[in-house]
This record gives sequence, C-alpha cells and structure tokens, in this order.
Amino acid sequence: MLKKTQVAPHAAEAVNSAKTRQPLYAARKKIFPKRASGNFRRFKWLVMAITLGIYYLTPWLRWDRGSYAPDQAVLLDLAHRRFYFFFVEIWPQEFYYVAGLLMMAGIGLFLITSTVGRAWCGYTCPQTVWVDLFLVVERAIEGDRNARMKLDAGPWTMRKLVLRVSKHAIWLVIAVATGGAWIFYFADAPTLALDVVEGTAAPVAYVTIAVLMATTYTFGGLMREQVCTYMCPWPRIQAAMLDENSLTVTYNDWRGEPRSRHAKKAIAAGQPVGDCVDCNACVAVCPMGVDIRDGQQLECITCALCIDACDGIMDKLGRERGLISYARLSDYNANMALATAGGTVPVNPALVRTVTGAFSDGLAHFQLRNIFRLRTFIYLGAWSAVGLALLISLLTRERLELNVLHDRNPQFVSLSDGSIRNGYTVKLLNMIPEPRAIVVTLQGLPGAEMSAVGIELPPARSFETLVEPDRLKVLKVFVRQPAGQVEGTARSFKFRIEDKAGLESAEYTATFNAPETAR
Amino acid sequence: MMSNEQVDEISGIATTGHEWDGIKELNNPLPRWWVITFYVTIAWAAAYTIAYPAWPMLSSATKGVLGFSSRNDVKNELAAAEAAKGTYVAAIEQKSVSEIVADDALREFAVAAGGAAFKVNCVQCHGSGGQGSAGFPNLNDDDWLWGGKAEQIQQTIMHGIRFASDLDTRVSEMPAFGDIITPEQITQVSAYVASLSGAVKDASLVEPGAKVFAENCVACHGDKAQGNRELGAPNLTDAIWLYRSGETAIAAQVREPKHGIMPAWAGRLGQTAVKELTVYVHSLGGGE
Repeated sequence: MLKKTQVAPHAAEAVNSAKTRQPLYAARKKIFPKRASGNFRRFKWLVMAITLGIYYLTPWLRWDRGSYAPDQAVLLDLAHRRFYFFFVEIWPQEFYYVAGLLMMAGIGLFLITSTVGRAWCGYTCPQTVWVDLFLVVERAIEGDRNARMKLDAGPWTMRKLVLRVSKHAIWLVIAVATGGAWIFYFADAPTLALDVVEGTAAPVAYVTIAVLMATTYTFGGLMREQVCTYMCPWPRIQAAMLDENSLTVTYNDWRGEPRSRHAKKAIAAGQPVGDCVDCNACVAVCPMGVDIRDGQQLECITCALCIDACDGIMDKLGRERGLISYARLSDYNANMALATAGGTVPVNPALVRTVTGAFSDGLAHFQLRNIFRLRTFIYLGAWSAVGLALLISLLTRERLELNVLHDRNPQFVSLSDGSIRNGYTVKLLNMIPEPRAIVVTLQGLPGAEMSAVGIELPPARSFETLVEPDRLKVLKVFVRQPAGQVEGTARSFKFRIEDKAGLESAEYTATFNAPETAR
Repeated sequence: MMSNEQVDEISGIATTGHEWDGIKELNNPLPRWWVITFYVTIAWAAAYTIAYPAWPMLSSATKGVLGFSSRNDVKNELAAAEAAKGTYVAAIEQKSVSEIVADDALREFAVAAGGAAFKVNCVQCHGSGGQGSAGFPNLNDDDWLWGGKAEQIQQTIMHGIRFASDLDTRVSEMPAFGDIITPEQITQVSAYVASLSGAVKDASLVEPGAKVFAENCVACHGDKAQGNRELGAPNLTDAIWLYRSGETAIAAQVREPKHGIMPAWAGRLGQTAVKELTVYVHSLGGGE
C-alpha cells in the first residue's frame, strides 16, 4: 500500500515550538527559509510581480487631461492640493472619497479574512512581498537554506565577506528603488526622475527616499518576520475575524498522526501510522519559522508555502496531497472526530480510510458554497453599499461650486441716497481643467443690484466672469438695495452661478442685513 | 570572574554575584542595540554642545562652531519674507494709486497689506471695519468729505485733516454761527437743511430757513447744499450725517461746529504703506 515510507528529514525546528517555547521577550532565532516550489509558490510569484509592478509602474502611466492639468495618471499634487486618479480629480474638501476607499479596504479585509483567512498577510502585504523579494536575492547569492546556515555559522572568510557585502548592497539598491518609486506619486515622474539624478530635486524628495530606503532595508532585510510577530497589529485583529468557517492553512492531524520517521518499523509492529513522515519540510520553508503542525498560531501569515513543501513530499511518497491544506476549522473538527472515533481513541488514520486505502466518504471537505454565509453576505453588502455610494456620489458630484461669506464688519452700509449696501466674499470654484465663463445672478431682493471689485461693469442683477481652469476665484461683491425696497433687518436671497454653456449651476442662500430705520 | 559565574537555580539566569541578605541580583543586561543607542545619544549630545551655543560662561555662552543663532534665523526669515514681497512692494513704490487699483494682482496685495496697516493705525477712530461712528467718517459708504478718488484718499492719508504740523494738510473751518445769526435763524436753517433729505416737524420754518441758508451757507455748502470737496464742506442733501441726523443735531452743529482732526501719516508710515492704506480704503466699497 505504501510505496515509500522515508524521505530525508530536515534539521528544522520551529522558532516557537511548544517544547522550547519562551515568552515573546526573547532573543531572535535566525530563520533560513528554504525555497519552496509548487502551485502556491507560483501564485505568490505572480502576486509579487503584479503588486511590485503596480507600485513601481503606476507613477509612469500617463492620462491626458487637456492642457490645463497634469497628464500623470495617479498624482498626489500636495503643492496645489489636488489628487488625480485616472479620470477622477479630487479637491481637498472631497477627501471623503479617500475615507470611503479606506472603509472599503477595511470591510474588504474583513470579507477576505472571514473567507480565506489571512490572505492579505500571506500574499499581498508589502512586508511579505518585500521580504520575499529580499529572500530571492539572499538565495541567489548565498544559496538555499543549508548553504546559508553553513555560511552563517562559519568563520568570517573572504568569501563570506564578499557574499554578505554583495547581498546587502543589492538589498540597499532595492531599498533605494522602493523609496525612489514612492516620490514619483507626488510630482511629475519623468521631470522628478531627472531632477533626482541631477541632484536638483527638492530636499524632501531625498529625505523621503532615505527614510523609505532605511525602513525597507531594515524591515525587509533585517527584521523580516519580527515585524509581523512583534510590530504589526493585523495578526491580532485578523485572528479575531476568523471563525470556524474561514479557510486557514491547516495540518490535517486526522491523516497525519501518529507521525513517524520509521513507518516501516511501526507498521511491522502493528502500530497505527499517519501520513506525516516528520520530515520537517514544512518548517524548513516557513518564512516565519513556525511549525504548522502545532496548529493555527499568531505567527502564521498563511503564505501556504508549507502546503507546497508537504505536497512535494506527499508526491514523492506516492500519497494524496493535502496533508497540509487550506481547510475550515469545522471540517477539520469533523474529520478529527472521525479519526478519533468521537474522541475516544488517539488519532488513528485507519479510521478515515476504507479498506482499499482510499479516503472514506465520511470526510468533510471544503465546498465552494461554504463561503456564502450570513457573515460574508453582510460584509459583501456593506462593502458594496459603500462602493455604490461612492460611485453614485462620484458620478453626480458638482464640478462648479459657490461659497459666500457675508461681511460681518460692517454688516451693512448706508449710502448717500439712503440705499443699503451689503458686502460678500463670493468664491467661485471651477473644478474642471477648462476655463469657464461663469454668470453670477441675484435671485430675490427686489430692486437690488450688485457690483464686483475689479470687474468694470455697471451695477446689475447679473454679470459674467471668467474663472481659470481648476481654480477658485474670489470676488468681492457689493449688493445694493434702494431704500424704498428694503424690508426688515435680515432678508434671505440667493446667489446663483451658472456655467455659461449651461452645463452646471449652483446656488447659495445668503442674508441681506439692513438697519432698523432705513430711510 | 567568568570562572565563578553563579546561575540562579529557579530562572536559570546568571547572577551579578551581588547578594543582599540572600537576595541575588539577576544579570539581565540591556539589549545591545539599546546600549549602543544610549552611547550614541551621549556622543550626539557632546557634539551638539560643540556645534551649537551651549556652555554658559561668565558673561555669555559658547557660540558653537556652526555659528547658529536664533536671532539670525529670525532676521533671515524676515529678510526672506521682505524679499518675497519685494516685487510687489517695488511695483507699489513705482506706480500711482489708481494704477495699483487697476492692476488685479497688485490691488490684492495692497488690500491685504493695507488692511493690516489699517488694523494697527486707523481702527482707533474709524472702527475695525472702517465703519466709523459719530464724528468719525464711515469709510465704507459713498459720501466723501474730501473726495473718494484714490488720489484724493491718498492726499488725505498723507497729510491729514486740520493737522497743524503738516503744511499741506487739508484745512477748513466752519464758523460758529451761534455768534453770527440769531437762535431763531438757527432753528429755521436747521429745519431747511433737514428738509433737504427728509421730513421736518414744522414745514413753515423751511422757507425762512432757505433764506438764512442762501445768506450764510452757500459760499461753502453750495447753492443747492450739495457740498464742496475742495473745502471739505459736506453734502447736506444726502442720507449721511457725520454728526448725526435730525434738526437738533444740525442746529448744534450750526451753533458751535465740531471739527474732526486726522493726523498726517506720510511721515510716520512712509509712502508705500500710505499707498497700501489708500487702496484698502478705496476697496471698502465707496471708492470712486
């Protein structure tokens, strides 16, 4: 039945194994993750390529916005307080769109975590992606796990020095490139790139590069898994969002135990033997240095590399894949109950197999419908609601706005012919990258006419002014109402502005004040 | 000391060898990075006191090799601020006030600068919004004693009004008619003047009042009481009254006129500030 029972075990021990477990305040145990290969590793390469590609290439994408706005697709123009994202342009007062996106990111994280566990940590978190990248460099220069362990333990020879210096040099280059890419989100990338190289860019650009270089190098190269275990709040928060229906990377005790390195002997002795040959391959590939066979734990980022490692071993041994797999806690519990005959005996893998050695039909497996449950629907609903609200708001938002400030000192002025004049600061916001002729009109306030400082027009109930593209225009407007038509000490009226092309309009209700005894 | 290192049995940690009444101190050294950081801060502090002013001496303190001084910093920042305003200030010095008013960017700058100067120098009499009060003209309205064109306002600010120590100051004085005409005539002329801009209690006084006005007042206030800006004589037909409206207030002003005094500001503030103030006052809404 068993074609093979032995593979060469790895001399690997989990950094947090129960045997030697210490409080978190302890010296670091060095981890030398072995290269894994398999489906998840391939998927992770793909995710790494996509995420790094997005990060490095996005600032270089162009987007034509006409001659009055920058043509960079994604640009945080802090100097001019504008945020450009492809077809969207956001002014500072519209920053709630970013708040909405953050809400979606939060709810999206709940949704993903409750379905597929800590997928964010294992695949897309920048810390994971950059550590992965740094490990690629480390492996390319120093070799795989065993070579690195040997090198690390060995004395300082010329070879070790050369290898270490070149590794850190390449890490620093990656770190500089990381910081360097960041700044391009804040200014025109091609111009800034040239300025940075020529040394004429703003000091803040160099400081930003330096800070991000330092954090990337320290977190990605030196601290690695410690960032996740000690510094990051997500493991704590994400763990709280898991439930018995969430998929997590699971060691299936019910077919693995009792693990044995000497299965032949054990079989001969008539003892139950599980599929785990205790080769420690899962520990050797783990970038966090944990042993998944100890169960779900805070340190595990669910990168699934142990699944690849174990599947490789299982293939070699000619057994079914999936000794370590993505599984729901509820399925795992059901299968454990099966394997232990309801908890009455220690795990006996024979209980989950039929006489032919195939898995019994009673085993619980993950079904796609398991992800459709009330919790995920609520998350999906909330996520979609926020997204829909943002989308509707984005599609219907005004690109022409009007703000009016009534002069408070003096509130009104009596003029020589007895008429009453009020002053207003009128702000016209032309939020599109095109110049626009805006018509300002008075509504209400019979007999009143207005004039604006700097606009040489006779007083009228309406005037036209040109507002520059993507700019705010501040006008000082005087509204004057003849004495006979003044009613009451405070009267509401409206300023109305309209795009001359008739596309958009806006109104603002203002107050006109008058003395109690206007002549 | 390495040879006789003692290890605490319970915790398995080496002790320092110090013992007090059977209590031993565990040797838990600080993390190395922490110790290194600590020494770096000490070195940093030492270097800092050499680089920057630090050590007190008898009458002063060490200057520091970098030559830093917070006073110099302020001086440089002020100079930079002045330099930033430089092009505007130079243009304001060059141009006439009406040219400044016509130039959007210059006007905005001058209104901001003039507004600041106004808050310091003018609000005591004219009010924080330039709204004035009895005896102190409202600068927002369209009634001007000495003219509301930019150049006229500039002249007023530069040389003041009835300001004895400035030779070019604007001067005029209304005689105290209490000594010249009879109280009855004062009542009549006050009724006439009040009638020009509103109703009066006793309409029969208006006609004799007009006669008194024609005999005594037209020289300065004009035959239609429209005023004369050359003399600072107010327009008596409009709705604006510097010394309050109504027959009683007018009579008091005819009997024994009050005269406001405004200081000359050219010598104190300089031409540039006066121009900025002019543009600010002109922008309040009544500028002509």
